[in-house]
Amino acid sequence: MKYIDEFQDPGLARRLLDDIHSTVTRPWALMEVCGGQTHTIIRHGIDQLLPDQVELIHGPGCPVCVTPLEVIDKALEIASRPGVIFCSFGDMLRVPGTGRDLFQVRSEGGDVRVVYSPLDALRVAQQNPEREVVFFGIGFETTAPPNAMTVYQARKLGIPNFSLLVSHVRVPPAIEAIMQSPNCRVQAFLAAGHVCSVMGIGEYPELAERFRVPIVVTGFEPLDILEGVRRTVLQLERGEHTVDNAYPRAVRPEGNRAAQAMLEDVFEVTDRAWRGIGVIPASGWRLSSRYRDYDAEHRFSVTGIDTREPAECRSGEVLQGLLKPHECEAFGTTCTPRNPLGATMVSSEGACAAYYLYRRLDITTASLEASPVV
Amino acid sequence: MCLAVPGRVLDIEERDGTRMATVDFGGVVKEVCLEYLPDLQVGEYAIVHVGFALQRLDEESAKQTLELFATLGMLQEEFGDPWELAAEASGSPSPGGIEASQEVQQ
Repeated sequence: MKYIDEFQDPGLARRLLDDIHSTVTRPWALMEVCGGQTHTIIRHGIDQLLPDQVELIHGPGCPVCVTPLEVIDKALEIASRPGVIFCSFGDMLRVPGTGRDLFQVRSEGGDVRVVYSPLDALRVAQQNPEREVVFFGIGFETTAPPNAMTVYQARKLGIPNFSLLVSHVRVPPAIEAIMQSPNCRVQAFLAAGHVCSVMGIGEYPELAERFRVPIVVTGFEPLDILEGVRRTVLQLERGEHTVDNAYPRAVRPEGNRAAQAMLEDVFEVTDRAWRGIGVIPASGWRLSSRYRDYDAEHRFSVTGIDTREPAECRSGEVLQGLLKPHECEAFGTTCTPRNPLGATMVSSEGACAAYYLYRRLDITTASLEASPVV
Repeated sequence: MCLAVPGRVLDIEERDGTRMATVDFGGVVKEVCLEYLPDLQVGEYAIVHVGFALQRLDEESAKQTLELFATLGMLQEEFGDPWELAAEASGSPSPGGIEASQEVQQ
């Protein structure tokens, strides 16, 4: 077993793997939803340690990757305006918009700043009352509550020069959209653990029942993934489809009620476009009417943007689990982390980046071995 | 960005009416908002995401995760200078510099 010695507890990893190997009798396709899980899987070769019948399909759980090009272009436009300080998490710096990225905007003189927390952006606004400070609010249910709290604080403290460019997304509607796709092969989900730390598991039983899919809440460390796969395969083999929490040290069934209450106060559910996938009904949040003054899209009328997706980028298929990154013709040739066509290659949680970082040599060797000798 | 890192609360104070903590992530110290885990106490561990404590974690699990993240270089990924990381990936000089490092360390 190629990588097993690198596991935190190789003995436990071996036992979990033995258990999975002895349980599986048929082919199964599991989707891990979280981009962090995808990276753990590829980094540790977990997909290669599993029985051949167990296929892991990589889902759309990378917040940077699913942020639509139009929103990136709006961010670039706002960040380029004089008088604006544009704050973002570091992951967004090199995500390509139409023609450029935030890294280039900064090189060209735009005041783009990286913050660790959205509250840092609010502090920048307090310290620069003569400037407009905009924070790029993207992410899933884990990132939305911090951003919601920051807008709440901005209003409470009366900080008028702060606003949020919002592009938040929600996991359960994405699961629903994937299951409703005519090309869907997914038979079970490893649900994203930290999303459930916030939201709990209450949204999942209805999905598990309606689509007859097991949903196992899973952490993102190597042993967490193996345990999630073990429990999922056990359900599949038994013909069960329940919601199971394999990450109880970080996930309480009710989630974090305080965070949920803040989300309800500051945001409202809306339809949202996912990059490469299209609009998924009720799959996102926008600022509720009480907080509309803090919406950067309202404050800066950003219109007339000519958004152009690169035609050769197939990240939409990668995000839906329809294509493995190395099956894309551009992978590793016209698309690399240095010159990415899409966000899946540049994001630290993107599936293409994971394959490029940890699997490229394997793939190259494998494809060379498979090629006929000329 | 999606990574949530366990950290240990070193001290707690009220600021602008908000409960804030100083939290140690295996040697890197950051300010963390406790509004979503208001009963978290000094010495306890929590999973922290973008400067917010989201769920309590037991000490043993937290230490194991931190050790793993340190081994895999993930703490550097989370807390390092993002301009340097982006510059390295793009092959361009960093437009960040000293000011950018200070932003991250704030």
